[in-house]
This record gives sequence, structure tokens and C-alpha cells, in this order.
Amino acid sequence: MELVKAFLVGGLICVVGQILIDKTKLMSGRILVLFVCLGCILGGLGIYDAIEQFGGAGATVPLTGFGYNLAKGVMEEVDTIGFLGIFTGGMKAAAGGITAAVVFAFLTALICNPKEK
Amino acid sequence: MKNKKIGTQTVRLSKPVIITGVGAVVGPKEGEGPLAGLFDKVAEDALYGEDSWEKAESKFVTEALQIAVEKSGRKMEDMDYILCGDLLNQCTGTTFGIKDFKVPYFGLFGACSTMGESMSLGAMLVDGDFANNVVVGASSHFCAAEKQFRFPLALGTQRPPSATWTVTGDGSAVLSKEGKGPVITEITTGKIIDMGVTDTMNMGAAMAPAAVNVLTAHFKDTGRQPSYYDVIATGDLGYIGKQLVIELMAKEGYEMGENFTDCGIEIFDKESQDTHAGGSGCACSAVTFTSYFYKKLMEGTIGRMLFIPTGALMSPTTSQQGSTIPGIAHGVVIESRTE
Amino acid sequence: MEETTQAKQAYDKMVKEASPDSPIVLNCIKAFVSGGIICVIGQLLRNYVERFSLGEDNTALLVSILLILASAILTGTGIYGKLGKYCGAGTIVPITGFANSVVSPAIEFKKEGLVFGMAAKMFLIAGPVIVYGTLTSMLVGIVYYFIG
Repeated sequence: MELVKAFLVGGLICVVGQILIDKTKLMSGRILVLFVCLGCILGGLGIYDAIEQFGGAGATVPLTGFGYNLAKGVMEEVDTIGFLGIFTGGMKAAAGGITAAVVFAFLTALICNPKEK
Repeated sequence: MKNKKIGTQTVRLSKPVIITGVGAVVGPKEGEGPLAGLFDKVAEDALYGEDSWEKAESKFVTEALQIAVEKSGRKMEDMDYILCGDLLNQCTGTTFGIKDFKVPYFGLFGACSTMGESMSLGAMLVDGDFANNVVVGASSHFCAAEKQFRFPLALGTQRPPSATWTVTGDGSAVLSKEGKGPVITEITTGKIIDMGVTDTMNMGAAMAPAAVNVLTAHFKDTGRQPSYYDVIATGDLGYIGKQLVIELMAKEGYEMGENFTDCGIEIFDKESQDTHAGGSGCACSAVTFTSYFYKKLMEGTIGRMLFIPTGALMSPTTSQQGSTIPGIAHGVVIESRTE
Repeated sequence: MEETTQAKQAYDKMVKEASPDSPIVLNCIKAFVSGGIICVIGQLLRNYVERFSLGEDNTALLVSILLILASAILTGTGIYGKLGKYCGAGTIVPITGFANSVVSPAIEFKKEGLVFGMAAKMFLIAGPVIVYGTLTSMLVGIVYYFIG
């Protein structure tokens, strides 16, 4: 059942992105920015918790989940260390994902060459 | 001295300038298209033995120029000028392709209209007695163009139906005072036309008005109708741009008939090659002319042709700043001489 | 061709009529299915990783790292770029799309050197995501600190 929920929620979030691409001619980079900010704001408002509860990985795998993670991180950090948590919380929560992207991008680029389409 | 200018934008050469040799070297995708078999050389892959797209483009330039000169029965030393251009920043595709030829060089930029621009200026140089032989040409490379103008190749993006596919290759021609071959007789130089198009994924729409400027100017200057020509071929308007030209010309009172086509439509098979609205890039008109149309002019199956390469004069910077995409087109009249 | 505002508006209309629309329904179905599948893979990974009792946050992180790794491999082999053509937002919106946007410029610009080429261009597309993500998280933090 949780697989079906993940499929539905994740699929629907992607459909929202597709409609934005086709209707507004937004480039993919802008879609990514929009989704992270949206996830972060929904996370801050406490709405994304509910989506995550229902959708599981369907809510955390899309980039809105990355934004939600940022919001969750910053709020937890504010709870534990106070004001300075505003500065550290988001980046701390994103650290693992960004580091993984940098490391794997570096290694892939060392090994692989650009290919024609 | 007799003035060669007729009307507002057209010149009639005092003596026809002969296209004595052509060279068309293309990438593998072009080599699989409808014009397969007409090119002088087809690269096995887009890198063409080099280690970057940019260097590969220069190799296409080098080889196409050499082939054109060779087929004209002349030597590189006989060339008085090279007039070429490409899409890469500062026209480096051409620079590195021709630097070892040691021939006096004018670097040109007319975006994808460069083939028309180089043929126009080359023919004028010959007709003006400034040169006996001139090499003209233009090149582009799909991967290098994507890298510079759009996205990394490995990025998973969807191309909209209005997008065109940049042709990989170089088309070059030798223009001579003496010799055998089809001849350039008239030149209609376009003005920059900006109809406010901003969609970088719909270049045909940005360039169509510029083609219309050349067409209407040419017909007014010469008093002809579109039916005067066996073929009217624009450069890289694709399916959408071609349709827009037909509609715009109808508004101007000219009927574009069956003789009207576009190199971007001829070079790829839309269905099997997934090229959406057609081919584009400097090489699109350059290689289509130097292979397909040149052959027909040589055979005499085309008697008179109006060749109009079209260009979109934009850069990633101007587009990001929200500027529109101005268009340009260069008209060249080429006639068959089979005697 | 006159370049009057009127003529430009009329031309804009002509262009819209002449240009085919993206097949939006078909694209949405493709995005739904492909995006859904990536999320199901994420869920399967999560279920598997949960066995090791790493805690909720660490489990989520490990799943993300695995998906990013998979995307890097598929991008390096040129497969992700081809998938993107069919899947559209289905392969852009998931975290694998983010990874693809980091890996693809790194590969493309390596010819310009490992420092000013690959490294400098690595965040060409994803950089704004981190900039605006950080800014939004600060905003959330500020609101949470003073109001929450």
C-alpha cells in the first residue's frame, strides 16, 4: 500500500512540474528552484508533514522533499541552539545531499566524457 | 562606372561569378538523413577524432574547405580570400579550422545566415576585381551549439515541438572569375528585422520576418514573382518558419508556391530523426546547398534558384536579459550554366 | 515588414497559431508514471534501509545518497539525458533530476579544466536551487524563531 501511495504522490508532484514546463515554458532549472522553495515553505507551514505522512518516499524523493528537509532542519536547529540555528539549520540538513551530489559529479566527470545525443 | 545596384537592397553583378567547387562534410546524424550519399564526407561520430566538440567543428571546416578547393581544380595558394563564419563565441570554429591555410581571411558573423553572407561578399569581391578566387563557407556543430546556447548534453530536458536541431558540419564553396559551374548573378542583402519574438525554442518564428524582408525586397527590386524561380530555399526556418513566411508573403501579395522550400526541412527526416521543427545552424543551409542544390544546379534540373540563408542574431546573454531575437537573411540568386 | 507594436502583436498571434502546442496530456502521463516509479524505487530503498535502524533522518539521507549515486551513473552513461526526453518533469523533479543537473555540466565542461571548467560549472543549473533553498530556509527559520 505504501508503494502505491508513494507512486501516486510522487507522480502527482511531477505532473505539477510538467504542467508548469508545458504551460509557462519555464526551463528545468527554474522548476527545480520553484519546487525547493515551495517544499520549504510548505514545510515551514506544517503542511508538508501531512503529505510526507501519507506519501512516504513519494513526498521526500521529489525536490519539494529537499525543501521540506531544509525547513525541518532549520526549525529543529532553532529549537536546540536558538537564533543561530536560523543560519545553520538549513544547510546542515542539506549537507548530505549536496556533498553526495558534488562527490558523485566529480567522480563521474573524471570517468565519463560528454556524449552526443 | 556603372552602378550595379538595382532597387533598394539588390545588386546585379556585372559578370556572373562562378561556383567552381563545393565541399560538404557533415556529422553522422546528417549522414543518415534524406540527403545521405550527397555529402563529400560523413564523420563516424560527432567528435570526429578530436577531443572536444569545438575542435571537431574546426576539423569539419578544414576538410570542407580543402575539398571545395580541390574540386574547383585549384590550390589553396590560388585563393585570394577566405570568407567564413560559425556560431561559436568569437567565430573560433572557423579560426582554428583555417589558420594553417595562410590565406587572407575575413571572419564573418551572420548567425545561421552566414553562408548567404559569405557568398554575397565573396561574389562581390570577385565581381569587383578584387579577387580571382574566394573560398566561402559556414559551419556549426550540434553539441558545441547546445553547450554554448542551451544545456549540457547529459541534462534530461524535453525539447518543445517548435525547437530545431543544429546541423553538424561545414559547407564551403569556391567562387571564381573563370571556370565551370553554376553562377551567382544577383544578391539581395537583408535588413535586421525584429518582430519581438523572445522564445529561444522557436527560432523559425524569429527569423521568418527577415526572410520576408529579403523576398519582398528582391521581388520589388527585380520586378519578378516567386514563380520566376525553380527553387526558392530559405536557410533554417523549419516547418513553423516556412509556414509563417507563406502567410506573411500572402499578406504582402505574393503567393509562395511548390517551388518554395527550406533547407531545415530538406536535411532531416522529421519523423524518423526526431528533429521536431527541422534543422538549423550555419551548416544547415551551407551543407544543403553545397550538396543537394549544387548537384541539381550542375545537372540543370534547377535552372534558377533564390537561396536565402536566415539567421537569428541573439546570444545567451541578450536572451537572459529579456531582449528579443532579431532576424537577418541574405538572398543570393544562383543560375545553372550547363553549356 | 513594419516593426510597429500593432504588427508585432499581429505577428505574435500568427506565431502562436503556427506553432504546435506541447502534447501536454501525454507529457503529464509520462511524467506521472516515470516520477511515480522513481518514488517507488525510493520507497523500496527506504524500506530496505529501515532494517538497519539508522533512525528516520539517517534513513532518508542514505536513500537520497543512493538515488543521487544512481542518477550520477545514469547521467555519466548518457542514459538519464535520453530518459529526460521522454519523461520530462518525471525525471526533472525527483532528487535524481537535481543530481543530473549537477553531474551533466560537470561532464560537459571538463574540457575547460578541472577548476574553472568542471568545478566552476558544476552548479550552473543547481546553484540557484541551493541559493534560493538556503534563503527560503532562513526565512522559515526567522518566522519560526520570532513567531513559532
